[in-house]
Amino acid sequence: MRFVLRRLGFYLVAFWVSVTLNFLLPRVMPGDPISRMMSQSQGRMTPEQVVQMQALFGLDNRPILQQYIGYWHSLFTGEMGVSISRFPTPVSEVIASQIGWTILLGSTALLIAVVIGNLLGILAAWRRGGVLDSALPPILVFIGSFPYFWLAMGALDVFGVVLGWFPLRHAFSAGATPSLSPEFIGDVAMHLVLPAMTIVVVSVGGWMLAMRNTMITTTSEDYIVMAEAKGLKANRIMFRYAARNATLPAVTNFGMAIGFVVGGALLTEVVFAYPGVGFQLLSAVTALDYPLMQGIFLTITGAVLVANFIVDMVYVRLDPRVRAS
Amino acid sequence: MSATDASEVVILAASAQPEKVPAEPLPGPRARREGLVRSLLRNRKAFAGLVIIAIFLLLALLAPVLAPGDPSLITSLGAKAPSTEHLFGTTPKGQDVLALTMWGSRSSLLVGFVVGLAATAIAILVGLTSAFYGRAIDDGLSLVTNVFLLLPGLPLLVILAAFLPRGLGTVILVLTITGWAGGARVLRSQALSIRGKDFVAAAIVTGETRFRIMFREILPNMASIVMITLLGTVIFGIGAQAGLEFLGLGDPSVVSWGTNLYWASNDGALISGYWWAFVPSGAAIAFVAFALALINYGVDEVSNPRLRTARRRPFGTGTEVAR
Repeated sequence: MRFVLRRLGFYLVAFWVSVTLNFLLPRVMPGDPISRMMSQSQGRMTPEQVVQMQALFGLDNRPILQQYIGYWHSLFTGEMGVSISRFPTPVSEVIASQIGWTILLGSTALLIAVVIGNLLGILAAWRRGGVLDSALPPILVFIGSFPYFWLAMGALDVFGVVLGWFPLRHAFSAGATPSLSPEFIGDVAMHLVLPAMTIVVVSVGGWMLAMRNTMITTTSEDYIVMAEAKGLKANRIMFRYAARNATLPAVTNFGMAIGFVVGGALLTEVVFAYPGVGFQLLSAVTALDYPLMQGIFLTITGAVLVANFIVDMVYVRLDPRVRAS
Repeated sequence: MSATDASEVVILAASAQPEKVPAEPLPGPRARREGLVRSLLRNRKAFAGLVIIAIFLLLALLAPVLAPGDPSLITSLGAKAPSTEHLFGTTPKGQDVLALTMWGSRSSLLVGFVVGLAATAIAILVGLTSAFYGRAIDDGLSLVTNVFLLLPGLPLLVILAAFLPRGLGTVILVLTITGWAGGARVLRSQALSIRGKDFVAAAIVTGETRFRIMFREILPNMASIVMITLLGTVIFGIGAQAGLEFLGLGDPSVVSWGTNLYWASNDGALISGYWWAFVPSGAAIAFVAFALALINYGVDEVSNPRLRTARRRPFGTGTEVAR
């Protein structure tokens, strides 16, 4: 329980840091991008919206502490301002309409990478020095050296433009109406293949190496020798005895990987014009849409923090040692 | 420090009286570093990596000689596939891709190494201070480090870069802010284990200044970890700079591998199948990152053969942020 509370406290501090950062950035930065943005959109805003925006960005000359309290207040009431580039949609609505695509892309890629990477790692460690163990890691490290988005560009060129196997951009074909029909789901899946695969290809090497290394440590334990002596089948020893115990560090990596996938998804989304929050973040930056930018940053950070907290909880459940201490 | 520690140290210091140097368990930092470099040159992986890096550095230095003139000058009509006239072809705008790639290496390598050095310096400072002083200072610094590790790197980069004025300085600053934390955590745990060694306690008793203990006693003993951190952050710096610039958050008038990719994507090289416009810059980033990772493996193998297992480091921490 103490562990849970400590972690919770830590995530609260992290959240406080990101909110405070978000609060301070427009206020301490040199130059005045905000008022430029405000003057750009002034004509289309209602007076109330102008007042709200000024409060959000500290242009209303209140004492800074009062502004800070007001900022927190508006956060908790879900007021993140109005998007400038998609005026007059509130920021929260813009994000809500797009976060699903990012979650779909990110979780698909993460799950595939974790499953494939861990399986490869288990096999490589099991047949240490074999083909899988000696040939694959260097190749994967080399592939992992390529910038994420560049591999995405390459995949787009080869599989999209030259071979024409997969669609080039967006999450579903133009004209298709979102529904739960098999055609639409198939369409979405086809659009998902290239973006997800590029993330998988880059990240799978890390999973494999981590799993391989822990597996090597685990397979030298006495209980493995014991299991072999009992004459258990190799498969059973490999998965139920060795791999099962070696997955624990992978759970910790999973938490770290969530942030990594969000970042990776951001660039991949840009290359494929995939309509998730990452793609939206970039258009917000280009359009000087500061409220949307900040809203997206807070949403992503919040999501990563919550995901990490859940991972921690799972860890407590899996590892009795944490509960004991 | 506790009373028992102190008494042990006194005995230790007394037994070492004749030489009067109880606090030098290893040859001086200089000798050790030379040893590291020499054994790195003997290591196959590290040698290959060093050769690749040397070639890229040479190309960057010789860019004005090999491809004289402004690389962004338009020298042909539209996108041309590689030919004898333009070895790497030309961009949709009509610029020579080879020249752009060569000139681009200057900004990319510069930013990568500056970010690497700055981030490593912060990581050393934070890690050492944290491990040496312990208690409240350690708790505080560890908290900051962990928060920075947890905040999603690329969105943070984007939002920082969006508020700061565009330019190379901003890119370096932003990448340093987001790149130091991983190294700090590794260096702290290493420094912590060295902090517990007898020779540090002896140095404290002999009255060496804290600064000297941190930087002359502890730091030289973790040279290889510092090296690994440095290489990791350089990889991160090069990759993340390319990512930022690809998103259009750098200075688009500077020629670098990132901006080359930005323009390739913006000018529609991707959709039109002009692969030669974006392949060289990306491949260059990959080769440099791979070479640095090779050196990293080399340092790992040379400094601690057992370190090869159970750690995700070599192509790890930093690079995860921005790919």
